Amino acid sequence: MHDAPSAKELIEAVKAFIDKTAAPQLTGHAAFHARVASNALATVLRELEIRPVAEAEEKARLDALLGTTGDSTNALNAQLCEAIRTGQMDLSTAGLLPHLKSTTIAQLSVDQPGYSGLRSAAR
Amino acid sequence: MGNGIEIEKPLTAWAHAHFGAGARVEGLKRLSGGASQETWAFDVAAPGAAHALILRRAPGGVAAARSSEAVSLATEAALLGATSKAGVRVPEVLHVSAPGTALGESFVMRRVAGETLGRKILRDDEYKTARTRLTRDCGEALAGIHAIPTAGLVELPRSLGEDQITKYEAIYRGFGMPRPVLELAFAWLKANAPSPARPVLVHGDFRLGNLIVDENGLAAVLDWELAHIGDPREDIAWLCVNSWRFGHSEKRVGGFGDLPEMLDAYAAAGGARYTPAEIDWWEILGSLKWGVMCMIMYSAYKTGADPSVERAAIGRRVSENEIDLINLFEGLGRHA
Repeated sequence: MHDAPSAKELIEAVKAFIDKTAAPQLTGHAAFHARVASNALATVLRELEIRPVAEAEEKARLDALLGTTGDSTNALNAQLCEAIRTGQMDLSTAGLLPHLKSTTIAQLSVDQPGYSGLRSAAR
Repeated sequence: MGNGIEIEKPLTAWAHAHFGAGARVEGLKRLSGGASQETWAFDVAAPGAAHALILRRAPGGVAAARSSEAVSLATEAALLGATSKAGVRVPEVLHVSAPGTALGESFVMRRVAGETLGRKILRDDEYKTARTRLTRDCGEALAGIHAIPTAGLVELPRSLGEDQITKYEAIYRGFGMPRPVLELAFAWLKANAPSPARPVLVHGDFRLGNLIVDENGLAAVLDWELAHIGDPREDIAWLCVNSWRFGHSEKRVGGFGDLPEMLDAYAAAGGARYTPAEIDWWEILGSLKWGVMCMIMYSAYKTGADPSVERAAIGRRVSENEIDLINLFEGLGRHA
């Protein structure tokens, strides 16, 4: 498969169309939803850039924390949830909170990089 | 549904009955597009006086199947009456209209001048003085609300911390989308539950957005839809949840104040004496609830009930609550 234009380029083109052509012609609710749509595309662009490395790092931490290899990130997160739910892991578990913090910082860097809580976490 | 023509006639009839035959309804305008209630602003020009008013009305005048939490408009109106009598700043209710009447299920209250938008209240020079008073005003208002005898009140749902954990955990599990940070919050809250306080009237959504602020401070407490009998610390902590600090994270109380000052004002006004550390558990519950609420809103997209981009995108706000929870976990034990 070729990638000219790439997914990134296509999304950038649609985002530019919304921002520069469509949104200025809209009013009221439609204008609001155009802004939301543009922001959603910005999220996808950040995700394309950040997710591959962030998810690999998350998986490595999960493997270390759970003592596993080979499972998917989703499966590992389900296992982690189960360990927390059943009380096998809690705030006193070495490495748990730092792992959750790193994962959430990466997630927010995609989802809402301007959120105030992200600045607080970095301090 | 919800067009002004439909309600202008019955509203005029009410204005004639209430203010005299010469009264005219002017400037009727829909304020909120909220799915749960319609809110209309209007003025009545009566002989010798003008009145700025608000109509709160069930959509189309008919109460739909309501969420189990939200109280009816008649209950909301009754609460405004009871809290006003107790000295809490709330809009005065002039009229309650029953289901099946020309106006439909609704009530009319006075329109209080001021601002509700959190970002403006926290930023604009106009509210500079107000910001120095809001912390104390909120502490006093909450103490006033929590002191109202529940025995004489209209019937309200009862929801303590434990009930809310059970409810939101069931919703979260129902989605089948495991999120370790939320999981940790549920487990921690259950393992560290404080002993329950004596149940009081809780506003349920006491935060910027639902408070009218003028240049002198708190002018009125609005939006009593989520009122219930519960734990007073729930209201205090909800105002502290970072989502309601509108970017001003350094001020724990609503983005404008420090918690010890609010707790002092609360105790001085007759409320119980709490320490900031006693609010942590409830703030963690608050952030967790708001995270699950974002998942609920996203699920409306996922199920096809609301195909808007907005509903889809709100699913990417759950992580805001997750970082707030992590910041709260890291801060545990740091407060006195």
